[in-house]
Amino acid sequence: MVTVEDYVARIEETCGKERDFIVLFKYDKKDEAITNILKKAKMEKSISAIIFELTFKNVSFRLYGTGKAIFRHLEEKSQLQKVLVDLLS
Amino acid sequence: MLDPYKIREDFPILKRKINNCPLIYFDNAATSQKPRQVVEAIKNFYENHNANVHRAVHTLSQEASELYEDAHKEVADFINASGIEETIFVRGTTEAINLVAYAWGCRNLTKGDEVIVSLMEHHSNIVPWEFLSKAKGFNVKYVEVNNDASLNHEDFENKISKKTKIVCVSHVSNFSGAVNDVERLAKVAHERGALILVDGAQSVPHLPVDVGDLDLDFFAFSGHKMLGPTGIGVLYGKREILEKMEPFQGGGEMIREVSFDQATQRCSITWNDLPWKFEAGTPHISGGIGLMEAVKYLRRVGMENVKAHECMLTEYAMQRMQECQKVEIYGPKDASNKCGIIPFGVDGLSSHDVALFLDNYGIMVRSGFHCAQPLHETFGLQSSARISFYIYNTCEEIDRLIEVLKEIEQI
Repeated sequence: MVTVEDYVARIEETCGKERDFIVLFKYDKKDEAITNILKKAKMEKSISAIIFELTFKNVSFRLYGTGKAIFRHLEEKSQLQKVLVDLLS
Repeated sequence: MLDPYKIREDFPILKRKINNCPLIYFDNAATSQKPRQVVEAIKNFYENHNANVHRAVHTLSQEASELYEDAHKEVADFINASGIEETIFVRGTTEAINLVAYAWGCRNLTKGDEVIVSLMEHHSNIVPWEFLSKAKGFNVKYVEVNNDASLNHEDFENKISKKTKIVCVSHVSNFSGAVNDVERLAKVAHERGALILVDGAQSVPHLPVDVGDLDLDFFAFSGHKMLGPTGIGVLYGKREILEKMEPFQGGGEMIREVSFDQATQRCSITWNDLPWKFEAGTPHISGGIGLMEAVKYLRRVGMENVKAHECMLTEYAMQRMQECQKVEIYGPKDASNKCGIIPFGVDGLSSHDVALFLDNYGIMVRSGFHCAQPLHETFGLQSSARISFYIYNTCEEIDRLIEVLKEIEQI
């Protein structure tokens, strides 16, 4: 059973009314995380193969080759946790 | 003029590569990098002089005490305070402002009084006053900003009144880099019988500051934004005001005597001299020594040179950013009234997207509210990206930023 903690080093929550979450993957697991995510999410756009605009279960996010991702307009962190588990498992 | 390439030799971190790209550090308003002289001074203290200060007669304690006191002298001289009595070491600007709010505000502010802050303040100069107002019942009034994010002096003069007891404003906006005329604000505040507290976190590292000339009552700044270590900062206060104030925290160091009275079964306490009266407990000794070295470094460079270099970089960057079709610069457009800070947005992208994109290329910038949410809300901004310069930044780095911003525009 995959847990978010297996792959994620930290989650930063932005301030303000429209909350975004920035996910920082563990350095030694980032390539594996990126591979898993790219297999499951729908690719909307790829920029120089280092930045990917993706959607998954109506959640849009941008994934960076450096092992960071920004998830937009989520209401709760629990929603992000669920999406991450589905993406990473 | 200073030579940034020569200065860079003192900053080992700037040789790093991030994501296989040379590190470009444009987040100096958040914290500066540290020269090896500062790192060495801290290392030297721990390797050769480490002991607690003002507590023992042994040699090491004397050495540590002298170094720590020298640090106060160096800082006092740097801002032209009249002596170490006016220079209190704290954790940073936030603690300095909280010290004034609690040690001065608790005893001098009451229902019916007013505290004036501005909408351009960092949260650290808003929250302590809002917090205290809930307990004491005074009112907090906010001075508006102009369309270019500079302070609205007319609104300030309209809002200040006989009820105003203290004016709390930043010297330089951490959002826009706009420099406030705090000498003028101090004059008006004093004419109305109010004190003035100035948040100098973004000015002391970048401009020559003379607290005497500016006639400020309190002045707060942080060591880590001016080449020094984190966890050390300074509260300047006029001696006559500090002498009348009660201590902020109680403990060792800040007392001269704690005597137990058998008759009353209580302790009677007398305070230590300034500045120690406000430095309870074992202080951040190595931090103070690191800050002293940082101040010496800046003095060798020359604060006029620091200011001129950053002004040149700001002007160059603002000019080159105009080449980017989707980039909008927020705040004052005149680099001569700014202090090395440029907030901006890229059409269609959040500030965090911009920051993450730049991070791919080894360029470190801040994104979000920069602890200045009220100002962002005033301008209807969800957030902003921010570049901020220091003595080791170069025009070449700005050229690289522009190249990457032009790539971002293709998204």
